[in-house]
Amino acid sequence: MKNKFYRNTAILGAIAFVAVFVPTLLIKLDVINAYTAQIITLGGINAIMALSVNIVCGITGQLSLGQAGFEAIGAYSVILLTQNLGIPLPVSMVLAALIAAFFGFLIGFPTLKLEGDYLAIVTLAFGEIIRVVLVNQKGITGGPNGKQFPTILSTDFVWGPALSYLVIVGVLVAIIILLQNFIRSTYGRAILAVREDEIAANSNGVSVFRYKMVGFVVASFVGGIGGALYAPFIGFIKPDLASFNNSINDLIFVVLGGMGSVTGSVLAAFVLTYLQEFLRFLQNYRLLFYPVILILVMLFRPQGLLGMKELSFIRSIELVQHIKRVRAMQREKAGAKQANETEGAAEK
Amino acid sequence: MNGISIFVQQLINGLSLGSIYALIALGYTMVYGIVKLINFAHGDVMMVGAYAGYFVLCAVGTTPFGMTLAFLAAMVMCGLLSLVIERLAYRPLRNAPRLNSLITAIAVELILQNVMRVLPFVGPDPRQFPTMPTKMLSIGIVSFSNIQLIVIVLSAVLMVVLNYIVNYTKTGKAMRAVSYDLGAASLMGISVNRIIAITFVIGSVLAGAGGVLYATAYPQIDPVMGYIPGLKAFVAAVLGGIGSIPGAMMGGVILGIAETMTKAYVSSQYADAISYMILIVILLVKPTGILGKKTHVKV
Repeated sequence: MKNKFYRNTAILGAIAFVAVFVPTLLIKLDVINAYTAQIITLGGINAIMALSVNIVCGITGQLSLGQAGFEAIGAYSVILLTQNLGIPLPVSMVLAALIAAFFGFLIGFPTLKLEGDYLAIVTLAFGEIIRVVLVNQKGITGGPNGKQFPTILSTDFVWGPALSYLVIVGVLVAIIILLQNFIRSTYGRAILAVREDEIAANSNGVSVFRYKMVGFVVASFVGGIGGALYAPFIGFIKPDLASFNNSINDLIFVVLGGMGSVTGSVLAAFVLTYLQEFLRFLQNYRLLFYPVILILVMLFRPQGLLGMKELSFIRSIELVQHIKRVRAMQREKAGAKQANETEGAAEK
Repeated sequence: MNGISIFVQQLINGLSLGSIYALIALGYTMVYGIVKLINFAHGDVMMVGAYAGYFVLCAVGTTPFGMTLAFLAAMVMCGLLSLVIERLAYRPLRNAPRLNSLITAIAVELILQNVMRVLPFVGPDPRQFPTMPTKMLSIGIVSFSNIQLIVIVLSAVLMVVLNYIVNYTKTGKAMRAVSYDLGAASLMGISVNRIIAITFVIGSVLAGAGGVLYATAYPQIDPVMGYIPGLKAFVAAVLGGIGSIPGAMMGGVILGIAETMTKAYVSSQYADAISYMILIVILLVKPTGILGKKTHVKV
């Protein structure tokens, strides 16, 4: 058991290392061009947002339609903290995520006590309020024209693309690792129990409201990180970041990838981000293509492409080993049989 | 003009905006009452209605006859459209988890918007909606335009008709039965699928009328015009108690008045935010809305 633990940690560590550093190197060496690098890195941010939605919708079992609101709060906070207060960028990213989490707490506190679709309605309204406030507070937020935020990630053409990828996918990997541990912790198990059956969880002494809150605040924290990474990477933000359409985009990643599946939503975020760029030649029809896929998935595979399952690297490696072992055994058997037959023939 | 006169004037503006919200909110609330689905595509059905009215008005002209024809065309168009949407998108998911129907509704919304954007004779650009020339009528200290009068009177008539259908006809009785208990209604021999389809159609017919009225009052239409009034109408439905028909009418009017009052006395920029703030406050104070009933979950 113990050696398996080390082996499994080593496998995952190696995969994480490869996923973060190999593309960084390739981008730096211009094997992957800047345009593709930009798309992949954007996919990383979308994957973080997809995780944020997944924590609310897939893991906590609530529906949020305003997750982009937290992204916008994270993005604007990071700019204001860095530009107006002169706090160094990495510190203000953490602070921005905390601010987003605080807003999550404020929104969740009154609404998570309610049942049904109310959280969906309130988060929807929340996203819109954030957008209206961002548009109208021209002095602070720059109004509808948005705000510039030149950083090394967005303006430096030598190091920018590689560094952006390194930072964003590095953070993504860190979030995935922490999230996996979180789901398996006491808190995570309690949250899953609430998702499966609120009444049963409640009668087993799990405080439904408290664990919904934990899930929702964690999700808004992750959403804030997404925004805090988005602003320095793109170098320019607009109030539209908080719009309903943006929230829906994030939700689509999760729905297509599979509610509750971390690997599924991350994979869907990368694939769909690339697909959006790839389908640009369709122009206006591109926007039509997207909802049609969504309806088809809902009709024919309502649980999403992966459902609640995870793609497990360890299990797939074990599977490959298993297949190899079986093949080897078959070959041995076949060899033995052949040997028997030739022996038999020789005797005759 | 003195203060009272301005106040009454704003009240009438609010009433006219509010009755449009109420018309659209009725569709949300009826559908939610029966299938527990937030029909996000509803605002866009309204948009399609506005376009139907636009094409008729362009062809016939803005005479009273043209207006009547535009209303009829919009209502028929929206009714048929919702029949198709219900049959193709919502009915196959009737027994699926609610989240799936909700996401389908969002997808239908996006499809409607983007189909309109792609259609060659519609296109993404905003268009000027042909309206009747505005005439001001004044009674005592208040004056209102003929358009406001049409909006208020027509919405009132439609709501009375709806009230009659729901409360005094056999179909209305069946609708109430299905919304009370879907399973039991179906055991009593009510064709649930038919009643749900009828509910969708009635809601969308009202939205079609609401679309033409909205476009008459704010004469500019584009493929995403349904989003904001749709959202506001939804807020109105929640405000009145989602699932309750008188609640939706009341919520719509309250919201319309609150919004115009904010525009007049507080700040015109935050009028949108006010309606969402109202929503959050009402959910905090009385989550079931003004006329909603409280339900208890039993194991």
